[in-house]
Amino acid sequence: MIIFPCSKAPRYRPFLRVVFLLICILLIDPSWSLAQEDLTESWFNPNRVNMLVFLVFFFGVIIYFIRRAKKGKSLFIRRIAGLDAIEEAVGRATEMGRPVLFVPGIEDVNQIQTVAAMIILGNVAKMVAGYDIPLFVPICRPFVVPVAEERVKEGYASAGRPDAYNRDNVRYISDEQFAYAAGVQGIMLRDKPMANLLFGSFFAESLMLAETGFLTGAIQVAGTANIHQLPFFVVACDYTIIGEELFATSAYLSKEPKLLGSLKGSDLAKAVIMGILALGAILVSFGVIEFKNWFFIQ
Amino acid sequence: MGTAELIWNGVAAFLVLCIYSFLYKDNPFYKFAEHLVVGVSAGYFAMILYYNAFLPKLIHPLLAGQWWYIIPGILGLLMWARFSRKYQWLSRPTLGFVIGSGAGVAIPLYLQNYVIRQVHATMLPVGFTSWPLITNLLIIIMVFCSLTYFYFSKQHKGAFGAAATFGIWTLMIGFGAGFGMTVMGRVALLAERVVFLRDYFAELLSALF
Repeated sequence: MIIFPCSKAPRYRPFLRVVFLLICILLIDPSWSLAQEDLTESWFNPNRVNMLVFLVFFFGVIIYFIRRAKKGKSLFIRRIAGLDAIEEAVGRATEMGRPVLFVPGIEDVNQIQTVAAMIILGNVAKMVAGYDIPLFVPICRPFVVPVAEERVKEGYASAGRPDAYNRDNVRYISDEQFAYAAGVQGIMLRDKPMANLLFGSFFAESLMLAETGFLTGAIQVAGTANIHQLPFFVVACDYTIIGEELFATSAYLSKEPKLLGSLKGSDLAKAVIMGILALGAILVSFGVIEFKNWFFIQ
Repeated sequence: MGTAELIWNGVAAFLVLCIYSFLYKDNPFYKFAEHLVVGVSAGYFAMILYYNAFLPKLIHPLLAGQWWYIIPGILGLLMWARFSRKYQWLSRPTLGFVIGSGAGVAIPLYLQNYVIRQVHATMLPVGFTSWPLITNLLIIIMVFCSLTYFYFSKQHKGAFGAAATFGIWTLMIGFGAGFGMTVMGRVALLAERVVFLRDYFAELLSALF
């Protein structure tokens, strides 16, 4: 209520609805105060209030910034250097008259990294359509295929080239990780794409793909939030988009208020977390551990 | 090693060599192994999904009278509309359900494991009186600088830029350690395959001569 004054209540109606719903749950379901052994039966676990506070805070700031973005307020986001690398790679492929390969990771469409990859794919498709070169999108999960098809089709349509869209270039390869990797390596070797764009969630196949792309002489730009795979991309690719930059890139490219607002909200959350960390470290250094213990999750 | 085992291990050894032939260059043996693994895995996963998902999670409950399982069944059927240009929009509710439910499950889990638990673990006592306290201070500074690198609302200039640069160096040190560790793991995998090939050919030679 302090953050959201009553005089501006209509603007924050969604947030107030969530708070109202939570209060209703607490009032209607008295089981929230049950003893520890009965917690599995209750709607509310008092031991996880810290989770609730974090969730409400995160959602609150994100909703706030999304609403700001929707109203057209200017939200500054610094340009991600990786974007220039994508444009450069596509430009180079155009000069050479060779295809562009976009690999959207190996996880399903319900994973946030795959969603971010799909947003980037739409923008790459728009870029590629303007240059009239083929865009290959090999897919690992069946559910990703329709989303990728839609994104590529939209990209071609928004570039004014719906006729250039070739549905066969969005290909399902295999659900099996290394079979998929072998299939993508085959595309790299036979179709000789000049630009390999690897965005999404990757695992052990990351080095196989990046190394094969390197051998073919392609310009490679990769981005993933899977920390353990980032070293391989850093070593074998020309440019690597690290961790959260992947989501920032998708927000920057799409200019979608929801994504921009989420990014700004997460920036504010990071600043708050840094403040909490500093305060917690100082208090712990002076022997006060209650503040730190509040963040303990059972 | 019996005759059957010798033959099947021979197939395995042949396929391993086919895949390793890629190290020289793309060739028909590699293509054969590649197409074999892609095709076999597609068929294998189709059967896994049929026996582990379609039958136990749709058909058996429906036959047992649990009619509400028809809802995911209908959502699954709507995906077949992708084959029709006119009705492919019907697949969107299914996709929306999958993406929405995935995000709903993932957000609290990510918040719990990647934010709150990390915050709790990073609140370390700091000071200059002993090495552990100095190390803790270094950890907190590195965390701060790494977070600064991922702050997108401000240009990386001046002191803020210096902190972000220190943050990316921190990340690169971490990546280097991770790279070395994983390469060691990959070398172990290679050694296991080399031992397999050595043992197989030793068995083959002893069987032949």
